[in-house]
Amino acid sequence: MITSSLRQAFFWLVVRPFLLIVVGMNVRHRERLPVEGPAIIVANHNSHLDTMALMTLLPARLLRVTRPVAAADYFLTSRLRAWFALKIIGIIPIDRAGRAPGTDPLADVSEALDRGEIVIVFPEGSRGEPEELTTFKKGVAHLAKRNPHVPVVPVFMHGLGKSLPKDDWLPVPFFVDVFVGESMYGSDDHRAFTQAMTESIQALAGEGRFPTWD
Amino acid sequence: MKTNLHPNVQLALGVMLGVLVTATLVTHLIGRLRPAMDLGEIRSRLRSWWVIAGLFGLALVLERGWALFFFAWVSYLALKEYLSLIPTRRADRRVLLWAYGAIPFQYLWIYLGWYGAFLVFVPVFLFLAIPMRMVLIGETAGFLRAAGTIHWGAMVTVFAIGHVAYLLVLPSSVNPNGAGSGLVLFLVALTQLNDVAQFLWGKAVGRARVMPTVSPNKTWGGLIGGIVTTVALALVCFRALTPFTLREAVLAGIVISVFGFVGDVVISAVKRDLQVKDSGALIPGHGGILDRLDSLTYTAPLFFHFTVYLYR
Repeated sequence: MITSSLRQAFFWLVVRPFLLIVVGMNVRHRERLPVEGPAIIVANHNSHLDTMALMTLLPARLLRVTRPVAAADYFLTSRLRAWFALKIIGIIPIDRAGRAPGTDPLADVSEALDRGEIVIVFPEGSRGEPEELTTFKKGVAHLAKRNPHVPVVPVFMHGLGKSLPKDDWLPVPFFVDVFVGESMYGSDDHRAFTQAMTESIQALAGEGRFPTWD
Repeated sequence: MKTNLHPNVQLALGVMLGVLVTATLVTHLIGRLRPAMDLGEIRSRLRSWWVIAGLFGLALVLERGWALFFFAWVSYLALKEYLSLIPTRRADRRVLLWAYGAIPFQYLWIYLGWYGAFLVFVPVFLFLAIPMRMVLIGETAGFLRAAGTIHWGAMVTVFAIGHVAYLLVLPSSVNPNGAGSGLVLFLVALTQLNDVAQFLWGKAVGRARVMPTVSPNKTWGGLIGGIVTTVALALVCFRALTPFTLREAVLAGIVISVFGFVGDVVISAVKRDLQVKDSGALIPGHGGILDRLDSLTYTAPLFFHFTVYLYR
C-alpha cells in the first residue's frame, strides 16, 4: 500500500514534471499505444529515461499494471537499488547471463501477461552506445509465440540517449521523438518475428530526420 | 488579482479576443455550410492561436515578474528546440547546459532593468564562455562548428527574444500611452499579423518569387501586400499603444513588416540547411516554436532599438 502510493507519487511528482519540463516529448501515432493489458511494448534502448518515458505515455490508470523487464544483474546489485527497481519502478527482473537448466527465464514475464499486465521489453538487451540501434535478441519472439493474442507494440525513441546517456548522470534538456508502430502478433518462426520487429522499428526511425550526434 | 495594465492595452487585448472569436465562429460556420471542406489544419492552427494568445494575454495581465517568466520560458523552449534540431557533439553536453544557464541570468538582468548587462551578457560574455568551457573538455574535432552554432542559437533564442521582454521594463516615461506592455503588444501583434497578411496576400496575388532558393512560397505580391497591411494596422493602433508620431508609426510598420520577412526567411534557410520542414512539433498546426518566432527574432531587437533611440 505504502510502496504503491510512493510509486504513484514518484511518477506524478518527479518523473512526469521532469519529462515535461526538462525533456519534452513529441509523440507520433499515440493512438497505437495499448489502452489496456495485456500487451508487450518493445522499444530501442539508450537511456534510463526510456522506461520512464514509455511508462508515462500510457494512460495514467495503467501505471499500476505496467512492468518493465530489466536485467537482474544490474538492478538487483544493492539493496537500495533493488528496492527502488522492484517497488517503485516495478521491474520484472530477468537473468541476462544464462539460464539454469530446467528453469524458464521468461516465466515471470509470462505470468505478468497472464495477469493482464503490460510489459516493457528492450530487445537490444542493454542501453549500448547512445542513439545507436544494435541487434535484437529473441526473447520477445518467444514471449509472443506463447501469447499469440497479446499485441506487441513496437516503439522507436530518439533523443533520450542525448539527454541522459549511459555514462553520465547529468541530464541535458532535449526534445525527444517517440514514434509508435502498428501492433504485431507472435508466430512460430522466431527468426522471422524478430526480423519483422526490427524492420518495424527501423521503419519508424525512418519517419524522422535526426541530427548527427558524435 | 491586481493589474496595472494600461486601459489602452486592456482594450487592445479585448480586440485580440474579438478577432479570435470571430475567426472561430467563421470557421465553425464554414464547417456547417460546407461539410465536405477539410478544415482540420485550420482548426488546429486556430486552437493553437487561442493557447498562444491566452498565455500571452495572461502574461501581460499578471505582474511583471510573471510576464518575464513567460518570455524566459519561451526562450528556453526555443533554445531547446534549436539544440535538438542541430547536430551537436556528445562532448558538448555540459557546454549546452551553460547555454541554457544563460537564460535565467539574461532574464534577471531584464527584471532588474540593468540595461548594460542585458546588452553585453549574451553577445560578449556567453560568446567568450562557450569556447572556454569547450576547451576545458578538450575535444577539438568540430570545435568551430560547435562553438559557432551554439552561440548563434543563444543569440537568436535568448538575446533577440529577450528584447521583447525588455520592452516591459522600459521606464514608463518612454511610453505614456500604454507603457511597456503597449509596446510589446504593438510589436507582437504586428509581427504575427504581418506573417498572416504576407501569407494571404501571397496566396491571392503572389507571382514573382522573392527568394526562390530559400523559400519558394514567398512572393513579391505577398511581401508588398503584407507591408501595406501592417502599416495600415500600425496607423490604426499607434496612438493607443505607442508614443510614436504618425511618421514614426509608418516607419515602425515598415521595419516590422520588412524585417519580419527577413527573420522568416533566415529561419527558413536554417531549416533548409538542416533538411527539415518544421523546426519542431510543439504547436499543432504551426510546427515548432521557432516556426512561430522566426519573424520576431528580427523584429524584436530592431523595434526595440527603434523605440529606445527615439524615446529613451
